[in-house]
Amino acid sequence: MSSGGPPVSAARDPAKIRIGHLTKRFGSQIALDDISIDIAEGSFFVIVGPSGCGKTTLLRILGGLDAMTQGTIEIRGAAAGRPQHSIVFQGDSIFPWMTVWDNAAYGLRMRKAPKAETDAIVEHYLDRTGLTRYAHFYPHQLSGGMRQRVSIARAFANDPEILLMDEPFSALDEQNRTILQQELLRIWEDDKKTVVFITHSVDEAVTLGDRIMVMSASPGRAKIVIDVPFERPRNVLELRQDPRYGDIVYRIWGYLKDEVERARS
Amino acid sequence: MDLDERARRWERRRDRLINVASPLGLVLAWEVAAQLGLIDTRFFPAPSSVAVALLASVHSGELANHVLMSLQRLFIGFVLGGVPALALGIVMGISRPVRAFIDPLIAATYPIPKSSIMPLILLVFGLGEGSKIIMVAIGVFYPVAINATAGVLQINCIYLDVGKSFNAGRWDTFRTIALPGALPFIMTGVKLGVGLGLVLIAVAEMVGAKSGIGYMIWSAWETFSVERMYVGLFAIAMIGFALTAALNEIERRIIPWKADS
Repeated sequence: MSSGGPPVSAARDPAKIRIGHLTKRFGSQIALDDISIDIAEGSFFVIVGPSGCGKTTLLRILGGLDAMTQGTIEIRGAAAGRPQHSIVFQGDSIFPWMTVWDNAAYGLRMRKAPKAETDAIVEHYLDRTGLTRYAHFYPHQLSGGMRQRVSIARAFANDPEILLMDEPFSALDEQNRTILQQELLRIWEDDKKTVVFITHSVDEAVTLGDRIMVMSASPGRAKIVIDVPFERPRNVLELRQDPRYGDIVYRIWGYLKDEVERARS
Repeated sequence: MDLDERARRWERRRDRLINVASPLGLVLAWEVAAQLGLIDTRFFPAPSSVAVALLASVHSGELANHVLMSLQRLFIGFVLGGVPALALGIVMGISRPVRAFIDPLIAATYPIPKSSIMPLILLVFGLGEGSKIIMVAIGVFYPVAINATAGVLQINCIYLDVGKSFNAGRWDTFRTIALPGALPFIMTGVKLGVGLGLVLIAVAEMVGAKSGIGYMIWSAWETFSVERMYVGLFAIAMIGFALTAALNEIERRIIPWKADS
């Protein structure tokens, strides 16, 4: 739908992240094609798309794990000493050889934060994620949902400018996913960091996001950006009864349907 | 402590009990067979008569002397072979060029039975302590190096991504990811290495040594004092058993994240 030109839509608030004409090629294959977006400060930005649309690649580029082929990324107002981003990875990414506490403290320790500060912050986020009781457990003693909570605590405790989340709940069962979505929103409401959240679940995108970018596959392009009208704080269960919820989910499916069919043919 | 934890502890205790029960059962069956004349006691003396010889050599201090000599060589050889092997193995795991360079050398020399290079070692290092220690060092080197490399290589890429995303430097990556991630493999290598070291020290001490368990067994053969030979065999078995137990305990302490098994 949109390729090239100005950003898909101008943000109302000052942009925290400004991605301009980002292109990523693997050899001759185009993974991401000329993506331009502004992501507003303090917003929860969700990218949804079929598998293979390059959404994880986009996140990895934002997180500095992969290089882009062309384009620009500006992250505004990066304070000195504060890390630019933390990533919550898909699947198990917490270190099996560290306790819950040490995992949560990892980012702070890597940037040599004072011990007292580290302790206070880690304590706070373990409390917010309901992990205080498990501080001295090792990951193998925890369930999948608990391990993903540790990953979230680790990312938040690092106090980054932006939070990048790559399908953090995709490996969880339905109930756990719903619970963690609610918890994530609750923690996020505290200080509203700018979040970029990747998912393939339309429901998850609508439940969590302020704005949703729908991506098309091969090559990965920004198809459309949709505003989600729900007010904060949200209740992830009550939200589903809202008539607007069904509408917006249906609308996004409309955009994705072509993609899924195209990928199949 | 919850029920799960209690059950797990009980299971662990039970496993340890079973570990002790099987060798005791074997000794008991042997004693009965010897007493009943089911086996030739010239070659297979009853455990009780071996025990008498054992007590005698304990009393004279002979056994302790040999055991200590063997342990000392084992320890020095272990450090001499294991420490460089650990460093090299981890570097090989991290660096592709180093791996490409060293891998063929290890692949070419690893299959040579270590005992078969004994004459060469004697030739180079003489009949003294050096040759014994070198034999152990060579035996320990391979399994530790090979397992350390494999241990680093099997670390899930996602952990390295995590390190990178949290700006972990080279040293921090090594300290907080590569080393602990490879540790379970390294411990396996150490156990294999110690086992091989024990084999080689016994063989090495049979040639040109004047002390050690290997020497004790060999000299017992030369004088046909079969009981003493068994004392030596028993001693070396006990050393192996004790070292394995100690290493398992060390493993439990330094790798607390390994699922209880």
